[in-house]
Amino acid sequence: MRAKRLLAIARKEVLQIVRDPRSLMIALLMPFLQMFLLGYGISLDLKHVPVCVFDRERSQTSEDLVARFEASAYFAVTRRLSQYAELTDAIDRRACVLALVIPPDFSERLAADGTAPVQAILDATDTNTATIAYGYAANVLARYSAEIGETERARQGETASLFVPVEVDSRVWFNEDLESRNFIIPGLVAVILALVGAQLTALTIAREWERGTMELLISTPVTATELMVGKLAPYLVLGWAVSVLCLLLAVFWFAVPFRGTIGTIFVTTTLFLLVVIGIGYLVSALIRDQLGASQVALIATILPANLLSGYIFPIDQMPAAVQAITYLVYTRYYVEIVKAVFLKGSGLAALALPVVFLAVYAAAVLALAALAFRKRLR
Amino acid sequence: MSTGEPDAIVVDGLVKRFGAFVAVDHVSFAVAPGEIMGFLGPNGAGKSTIIRILCGLFAPTEGHVRVSGIDVATDPEGVRARIGYMSQKFSLYRDLTVLENLTFFAGIYGVRRRARAERIGYAVEMAGLGGREGQRVATLSGGWQQRLALGCAILHRPRILFLDEPTSGVEPMARRRFWDLIHALAEDGVSVLVSTHYMDEAEYCDRVALINHGRLVAVDTPGALKRAGGGRPLFVIEPADLGAALAALAGAAGIASASVYGGTLHVAAADPHYDAADLAALFAERGVEPGRIEPTAPSLEDVFVDLVASDTRTGGRAA
Repeated sequence: MRAKRLLAIARKEVLQIVRDPRSLMIALLMPFLQMFLLGYGISLDLKHVPVCVFDRERSQTSEDLVARFEASAYFAVTRRLSQYAELTDAIDRRACVLALVIPPDFSERLAADGTAPVQAILDATDTNTATIAYGYAANVLARYSAEIGETERARQGETASLFVPVEVDSRVWFNEDLESRNFIIPGLVAVILALVGAQLTALTIAREWERGTMELLISTPVTATELMVGKLAPYLVLGWAVSVLCLLLAVFWFAVPFRGTIGTIFVTTTLFLLVVIGIGYLVSALIRDQLGASQVALIATILPANLLSGYIFPIDQMPAAVQAITYLVYTRYYVEIVKAVFLKGSGLAALALPVVFLAVYAAAVLALAALAFRKRLR
Repeated sequence: MSTGEPDAIVVDGLVKRFGAFVAVDHVSFAVAPGEIMGFLGPNGAGKSTIIRILCGLFAPTEGHVRVSGIDVATDPEGVRARIGYMSQKFSLYRDLTVLENLTFFAGIYGVRRRARAERIGYAVEMAGLGGREGQRVATLSGGWQQRLALGCAILHRPRILFLDEPTSGVEPMARRRFWDLIHALAEDGVSVLVSTHYMDEAEYCDRVALINHGRLVAVDTPGALKRAGGGRPLFVIEPADLGAALAALAGAAGIASASVYGGTLHVAAADPHYDAADLAALFAERGVEPGRIEPTAPSLEDVFVDLVASDTRTGGRAA
C-alpha cells in the first residue's frame, strides 16, 4: 500500500463529495428527518388508553372503582354508557380499547361475600396493546381489592399487621421511568447509521464503472486495497458526522440519558461504521451499476436492521431459528452496545462480546470488499 | 523505425474469446521503440479488445503478450506502471478541474513530489491548457478534453502509450494538433499504439495494422500497403451511367471489386496483368460506355476496403 496513491484517491473522493452538495445534503438531512419521524412516531408506551364504563350500579363503591381508573395515567375514562348495546358499539368503533362492566349488585356482593366480579372487555385486534392494557387494568383492580380487604379487616377490629400480604417492592433499573423512547432512540441511531452508511458507499465504485472513469483507473498501478482505503476514509469521516448528529439529537433533543463515556461510543461507532460502509463498498464492487447497487444495499440493510436487530422487537422473544439468524445481523451488536452505553453506562469491558463480534465483522467485510474488487473489465 | 532495441510490444498468437464469440483470433505483431502503430478496422473488429488486453484490462484466452518486456498475464501491475492509456470513452473526472485531474493521476502514478510540478506543468503546456487549470473538465470542448486525457496519460513518462480512438468526435483542427503531439512523443522514443477509424489518420502512422473480425489482415507501412494494393491493378472510370457500368462489372471474369466514389467507379482487377485495354474490351463486349478509363494508385482506403472485403469473403483463410 502506497501512501501517495491512497492520499490521491482520498483527496479526489473528498473533492467529488464536496462538488456534489445535493448528495451531501441528503446524506446529512436524511438521518435528521428519520430521527424526528421515527423518534416521535414509535412509542411502545400505553398512556391514556380510552376506557368506557358501563356502571350498572352507580353506587359510591362502584364510583370509587371508576375513580381509580380515572386517576391512573394509563387510562382515560372517555365515556359513560347506560346500555350494553352502546358498549358493543363503542368497542366496534374503537371509541375505547377497554370497556368496564360493573354489575348491579357490586357493592352488595362485596359486602356479603367480600368479593365481586367486574367484567373487562378488551379490543384485542391489536393484541400487544390489549395485553398491556389488561395488565394495567388488573393492576388497578388488584390494588383496589387490596385496599378494600385492608379496610374490611380494620373494620372488623383485626390488627392490620397480621394481614400484611407479601409485598413486591419493585425497582426498575436503567430506564427508571419505563420510557420506551429511552431504549428506542439509541436503537434508532444504530438503524439510521446502518442505512445511511451503506447508501453512502454503495455508489462510489458503481459510479466510476458507469461513468467510464474506472477503466482508466484500473489501467494504473493502483491496488484494490489502496482504492478501498482511499475511498472509504472520507466516508468514515462523513459517517462520524452523521453519528454525532444523531447522538446529539438523542441526548439533547429526545433527552435520553447518556451514562456511558464518549470514548466507548466513539470506538464502537467507528467499528460499526467500518462494517456498514464496507458493506456498501462490497455491494458496489460486485454490482457495478449505481441503481442496482443502491437497491441491493437498501434491501440488505433495511430489513435486517428493522426486524432482526432488536431495536424494536426483542430478540429473546423470537423463535429459536430466527434468533440464530440475528447473529448474522451486524446491527444487532451495535443496537445492544448503544442501548447499554446510553442507559447502563457500560464500558468496553462489559461489552467485550458484541464489540469483538463487530470487530470481526468489520475485518471480514473489508477483506471481502478488497477481494471483490477486480482490476478487470467484464 | 526499428532501432535494434528490443521491441516495446510483442504480441504472439493472441486469442480472446467471450463465450463462443472469438473477439481476437490469433493475432501476432510487434511494435518497436518510438514507433507509431495504427490500428485500422471497422467497428467491432476487435481493436479495443486487443488494446485492453495489452493494458491488462482483459486476460488473454491464449497466446503471449509482452509489454516493455513484461508478460501481461503474469505481471499486469508491472505493465500498468509502464504504460499510459486513453480509453475510447472519455474517462477523466468531469466534476474536477484540469489541475485536480492532473494532480490525481500524478499521485496515482506515483510521480515523485519534486517532479510533480514540473510534470504537471509540462502536461498543461503540451495540451495547450495554460490558463485553464482551474476550469472544470465538463466545460472543456472535445479537443481540450482529449489533449488533457493525453496529458494525464504521460505524467509518469511511460515509454508505451495506448490510445483507443483518441480523436473520435474531435473537430479536424484539434485532431491535427493531437497528431502533432503523438509525433512529438514518438520522437522522444515513446511507442504509440493508436486505433482510429479515420483513414487519413492512418497515413500519420509509421505502420498500420488492418484488423477485421478479430484477425490481423495486414501489417505494413502505409506506403507499402498502398503499393501492394492487395496485388491488384486499380482503375478509375467515369461512366455516364453508373448503374449500367456496375451491372456490367458484376460477376465479370477478372474483376475483383467495383465501388462507387462520387461520380466515378473504382474497379479492382483480380489478375495482376489486367490492364486498361482489357477493361475497355470488357465494356465494349457488354455494350456499356465506360467513359474515361485510368489506372490509378490505390489509396489506403481502397486497400482497406479491398482487404477487408476479401478477408470477409474467405473468412480469413487467405490472410
